[in-house]
Amino acid sequence: MVTRGRWLIYVLLAAFVVFFLTPLVVVVLNSVRTTEEIGHGSVIGWPSVFAWHNYLQAWSKYCIAQRCDGIRTYMWNSFVMVVPATAISTILGAIAGYSISLWRFRGDSVIFAIVLMGVFLPEQMKLIPWALVLRDLKLSNTIAGLVLIHVVQGISFTTLFCRNYYVNVPADLIKAARVDGAGFFRTFWRIVLPLSPPILIVTVIWQFTLIWNEFLYGVTFTTGAQQPVTAALIAISATAPTDVPQYGIQSAAVLLAALPTLLVYFFGGQYFMRGLTAGALK
Amino acid sequence: MAALRITGLHKRFGSVPVLKGIDLTIDSGEFTVLLGPSGCGKSTLLNIIAGLESATEGTIEIGDRNVKAVPAKDRNIAMVFQSYALYPAMTVRKNITFGMECRGVPRKQREDAVARVAALLQIEELLDRKPAQLSGGQRQRVAMGRALVRDPLLFLFDEPLSNLDAKLRVDMRTEIKQLHQRIATTIVYVTHDQIEAMTMASRIAVMNRGEIQQFDSPDTVYNRPANLFVARFLGSPPMNAVPARLVRKGGGLVGIIGAGRPDELRLDLPQLRGRAADYLDRDVVLGLRPDCICEPGRAFGGAPGVEIAATVAINEPTGAETVVLLERAGVRLRARVPPDIRLKVGEIASFAVDTRRVCLFDPGTEQLIV
Repeated sequence: MVTRGRWLIYVLLAAFVVFFLTPLVVVVLNSVRTTEEIGHGSVIGWPSVFAWHNYLQAWSKYCIAQRCDGIRTYMWNSFVMVVPATAISTILGAIAGYSISLWRFRGDSVIFAIVLMGVFLPEQMKLIPWALVLRDLKLSNTIAGLVLIHVVQGISFTTLFCRNYYVNVPADLIKAARVDGAGFFRTFWRIVLPLSPPILIVTVIWQFTLIWNEFLYGVTFTTGAQQPVTAALIAISATAPTDVPQYGIQSAAVLLAALPTLLVYFFGGQYFMRGLTAGALK
Repeated sequence: MAALRITGLHKRFGSVPVLKGIDLTIDSGEFTVLLGPSGCGKSTLLNIIAGLESATEGTIEIGDRNVKAVPAKDRNIAMVFQSYALYPAMTVRKNITFGMECRGVPRKQREDAVARVAALLQIEELLDRKPAQLSGGQRQRVAMGRALVRDPLLFLFDEPLSNLDAKLRVDMRTEIKQLHQRIATTIVYVTHDQIEAMTMASRIAVMNRGEIQQFDSPDTVYNRPANLFVARFLGSPPMNAVPARLVRKGGGLVGIIGAGRPDELRLDLPQLRGRAADYLDRDVVLGLRPDCICEPGRAFGGAPGVEIAATVAINEPTGAETVVLLERAGVRLRARVPPDIRLKVGEIASFAVDTRRVCLFDPGTEQLIV
């Protein structure tokens, strides 16, 4: 019978769903439980009263590394980092991808291969080079330094995405533009860019999520009030080892920190799927 | 004045030769078709003329100006692409004026030019639509409008009709020809469709393997193909080409197909002169268009054809006519007869042959002898 196989698949899938969602559920529940409740009972449990003030505490009151105004400073840091880094890396990637796929030049495939290598290089490998670069540019412990890192690192991905999208743009379009007298940037701006929203959405979502969630560079190259929120979250759990662990507030902080990427996922996820599978411009 | 003069043009991609010495002079007002199978280099040649690709060697002059260092936009050309290449994000109006916009033509002048071209092509009501909202035929028209608005020295067409369905293609063919008659500009038109070439061209350049095989009027290319490639590429069905032997009889020449066989076929070729005599008592390839083998009693140019008998092997009715594959002297020949003549397969029937249009080819070089 087909149905028996079906049921097996459903059970299996349901098991996976439970498995993947349990941590999220625990964090969500804990974010509205009081410290006492968590401390006396189990880390896993249903809240007896909803402690919404955890969120307020986490946002603007809780002490992180001797500063007692919550994660809002760090959220702002992340925001100031992620917006320009995403925008600049996406624009540069679009121009590079356009050039490599549609405005061919001698050695373009070699350059693409080199750019592509950036996708595969592990972050750790680049820590020391970046430390030297930031030091020489006097950008150590600044958000601008992180923006620079994420722009440069991001170009590999954004170029790859855009290049793979633009290779499907008919070459005749570019030829027609050349006969019409449009140069490199006019062709990009007037003809290629208006075709690009699907891939730009994908690239922006990808870069935003990646940069927002990035931790290693944030924690390595910034300290104190300059840190992005991912680095600050670690500082939260490190506060006062003698105290009772503030799981409730920490959970609320984690969820607040995850909110931007969750929102991007909810509102942009469908475009992401569509953009990845879209190739046809005809 | 020569609108386009190409001399000694070579193109290599790496070590692969794509164009091997193209010489072509096109007069002003001519409709030239570059015809050839895919991969023959015709589109590459067009792209080089347009300045979209560079030549490895050779010179190109457009309107008596060497354009070697001139970018595409300054060559005074306009191009229509196979895929139309309309800018998807722009309205038809913007598509047509984009070139002028790039060249900094004032708005008033642009609007006048659009109005003129839209009226000429009857696309006024489409001007504010996007390409995606147009049918294939409408897109084709807009693509032509974009070219026409420039009023160039040279129009380049890259297989502009191959994306249209069969009926529309026939209509657009007529329209393009009409347009050419009306505006009398120089056109270079690339196609692999021999019907398009025959119907529209003032001269056809037949290309194969990066070389021009023949450059002449459609009539000459069809009836006096320069070599066996042209003979076989043009015409549907293509020219019959069979081995034969040339002998003398009285004052004239005779081509014998299947010499020595009991059913050998002897065709008197009294009109053959000149170099044909060099091939006396030698093997040649005898070429005869299917339309030169017809039903008995047909007169060709007022004179009766030469009657031959042959076995009917296959009938291929097409509606307007029937193509008959006939066998004689160990070779197969295609003939064209009216559809009301119904021949039975296997029977021996008579046919009338127009021997005036026989071509002879050298079996080694495959070049036309006479």
